[in-house]
Amino acid sequence: MRASTGEQRWQMALLALSVYAVAPHAVGGLVIRAAPGPVRDCLLEEMRDLMQTEPIKRVPSTVSESRLIGGVDLTATLATNTLHWEQGLVAQADGGSLILSMAERTERRAVAHLTSCLDQGEILVAREGITQRSDASFGVIALDEGQAEEQPEAALLERLSMHVELEGIGIRDLGAGPWSSGDVARAKSLWARVTLDENNIEKIAAASLQLGIQSPRALIQTAAIARIIGALHETESVSEEHLQSAIALGMLHRATQLPQSPEEQAEQPAEKEPQDTDEQNATKEREQLPEDALIEAAMATLPRHLLEMLKDRATSRQTSSVSGGKAGSLHKNKQRGRPVGTMPGSPREGYRLNLMATLRAAAPWQPLRRPEGDTGNLHIRPSDIRVTRFKQPKETATVFVVDASGSSALHRMAEAKGAIELLLSDCYSRRDNVALIAFKGDKAELLLPLTRSLVRAKKALAALPGGGGTPLADGVDLAHQLVSSIQRQGLTPTTVFFTDGVANVARDGSPGRTQAQAEAMAAAKGFCKLGSRTLLIDSSPRPNPKARELAGALEGTYLPMPHASATGLRDVLIPQ
Amino acid sequence: MALAYPFTAIVAQDAMKQALMIAAVDQEVGGVLVMGDRGTGKSTAIRALAALLPKIDTVAGCPYNCDPSVPKAGLCEPCKGTKNPDTVTSIPIPVVDLPLGATEDRVVGALDIERALHAGEKAFEPGLLARAHRGFLYIDEVNLLEDHIVDALLDVAASGENLVEREGLSIKHPSRFVLVGSGNPEEGELRPQLLDRFGLSVDVSTPMDVKARVEIIKLRDAFERDRVGFIKKWRRKESAQRKVIESARDSVNDIETPNEVLEFAAELCMKLGTDGLRGELTLLRASRALAALKKQKTTTTAHLKAVAGLVLRHRLRRDPLDEAVSDVRIERALASMSQE
Repeated sequence: MRASTGEQRWQMALLALSVYAVAPHAVGGLVIRAAPGPVRDCLLEEMRDLMQTEPIKRVPSTVSESRLIGGVDLTATLATNTLHWEQGLVAQADGGSLILSMAERTERRAVAHLTSCLDQGEILVAREGITQRSDASFGVIALDEGQAEEQPEAALLERLSMHVELEGIGIRDLGAGPWSSGDVARAKSLWARVTLDENNIEKIAAASLQLGIQSPRALIQTAAIARIIGALHETESVSEEHLQSAIALGMLHRATQLPQSPEEQAEQPAEKEPQDTDEQNATKEREQLPEDALIEAAMATLPRHLLEMLKDRATSRQTSSVSGGKAGSLHKNKQRGRPVGTMPGSPREGYRLNLMATLRAAAPWQPLRRPEGDTGNLHIRPSDIRVTRFKQPKETATVFVVDASGSSALHRMAEAKGAIELLLSDCYSRRDNVALIAFKGDKAELLLPLTRSLVRAKKALAALPGGGGTPLADGVDLAHQLVSSIQRQGLTPTTVFFTDGVANVARDGSPGRTQAQAEAMAAAKGFCKLGSRTLLIDSSPRPNPKARELAGALEGTYLPMPHASATGLRDVLIPQ
Repeated sequence: MALAYPFTAIVAQDAMKQALMIAAVDQEVGGVLVMGDRGTGKSTAIRALAALLPKIDTVAGCPYNCDPSVPKAGLCEPCKGTKNPDTVTSIPIPVVDLPLGATEDRVVGALDIERALHAGEKAFEPGLLARAHRGFLYIDEVNLLEDHIVDALLDVAASGENLVEREGLSIKHPSRFVLVGSGNPEEGELRPQLLDRFGLSVDVSTPMDVKARVEIIKLRDAFERDRVGFIKKWRRKESAQRKVIESARDSVNDIETPNEVLEFAAELCMKLGTDGLRGELTLLRASRALAALKKQKTTTTAHLKAVAGLVLRHRLRRDPLDEAVSDVRIERALASMSQE
């Protein structure tokens, strides 16, 4: 198994694109994870070449609901006095594609509409007095520009069968694809006739189990991909090679485990040369099932860093999917809370029409607007429309930053866990989100991304490790990143540090108290600029001046542990 | 309209199918909650159920699907007004989707802005709750539903009536529906009040053996290839299933529940310490529906045991961090009772 070159990966991306172009709706779509740039532009250009006849619509991440699914054209309706319906993008894209820009930022409700179209191939709109069903069978090209943890909504990723990563492909790697738009058109009519035999289906099923893929949707889509690849090669049966490409395209990115035993993974240090591990694997796998060879071959098409990522993900995938519970936090100020007056606007954007205010705004103009001879009619213009404004306290999020180092772990970890459990247990009624960062050894880790889910929190807590050095600065840095991203989401974060404030591992991983301490203090000063509420709980048996100093730098409340039992802690966090 | 995948062609997932069938037989059971991973066929099953449901009679043209056979007091205002709600049409039992991100005015209904502006009329535009009357209301990703929508739903589900007081309107119409929710437990919790509204709850997981997976690929592939043909092929099974539901719907009210079954239900609920009477009532209703589905005339403790998990799983007082315990506790209670 050899990591592939940029050129090979570019060809793989083109293959994915061709498969997509043959049957956009059947494969759901394509996620293109890449920063904007010439390589991505080139891929999109290829796509336009391959799909010359189908409609392609671009959807911005801030698309309004009425634009996406359609709604009443208020201006035209008011101007002509007859109801005008404006078709949405999903209906306009029927039979073609939607390109989703900045898919990682697309709002939850837009994603919900897209996924329901992907599932059903039609859109039912029931709003503003019109019920309309339109065909909306399309594929989605999601342009994911996310960094690190940022990803499009999991519900969307689940339905788009192929993922392409363009990272590391250079301009020089770009070449022409193996298929022209003519080939694609031919495959379109052919792929319905391509069959998968029993043997191939079993291989797909077995591969999915070995890669730890739960979703049957992946199976169904991979089967379709294999058939389309067959059609592109102008055969009516699917060969081993086609199957291998199909698994590479449709399954590998969903893998939650690799077909190796966990012990073996643990034995291999990360620095080891990939070639070595490959040989080991190869010998092992020769004795195993034939499906292993299939996956093995499919994996050769991946870039090296992706392989590493896959291995990481194999352990953490379950917990690092997109955070749940953030839905609903975005639009609430349009819908609920305390009404605080009215403003001009359109009810299409999710605001609520305030009829009285609208009429009041229209009233003074009536004599001017009324044509000669007209007496009773009311003339209302779009500019008169008033909507109600609401104000609502923001949702809260509590970030726990836990010192899991040797000095802290033993006697304090239980308290930290206890406090988090208590917070979580009433979090659904209080609508509180929780995240957990732990630092130990030589780095800090996000154990639990922002969530309201007890199931996930429980898993993360159960796995909370302890022991090792204290990379305090790293912990504060990671908290800084997380808290600022929480603030961007529009939530109000509170940060709780559990530490004794004694750092002994510097940012670069080197031991040494002086440098580590200085870095931690600097990081803390940076953190306090976020202006969020901070609490530092001193986890040492007796109050430690260093912890107090750190709390000062964080501009947070200092609380020595003797006063902070698990229940006491909750009381501090939740004033009411 | 896109053709739905046949209910009977869904591989495995027996508990989910059974729960949906029970809800289809006796709508008073009070809804089904299906929680599980993505892609386990939750939405597929619920949409497929729509095709299996028998037709019902409604007053022609009534936006609220009024039942012509009930006394006038139970009708909506327009139907009460007409002297003669006799023109009857028969429609399929509605299965209404409540899409995530639906606005409150679409759910409960609101002032018809257009007519208000044009004609100066104060007209009510019925919402999804009106359309779902006497049918099913399906909420995908129910745990992500916004709070203010949940509030509206809870109120209507409790009273069977939708009361709209907004924008100068004052409207009341009947709205009784079976709430069907699905979601992924990793995305968040359900509010306890909403959880309580569901009569039955099912946890679904993906079949993890090769054979079932092969079967899934095959069937789905055949379906995608030729939807019309596939549905035709399954038509006989579907109509057999529909007949089972239909005859069970007719007979469910005549099914007798012997005293020993009543006692068994009461004892089981006491052992498990469930709150209130709703668990017990649902337990009996669900066992009756199951007996009807199996074409039996009386319920037995065997029926009761079969539905105990579905009915009680989400009603146990629980430690929120300990989700595995419910099923085990129910099994243990059942085991201890059969020994006695």
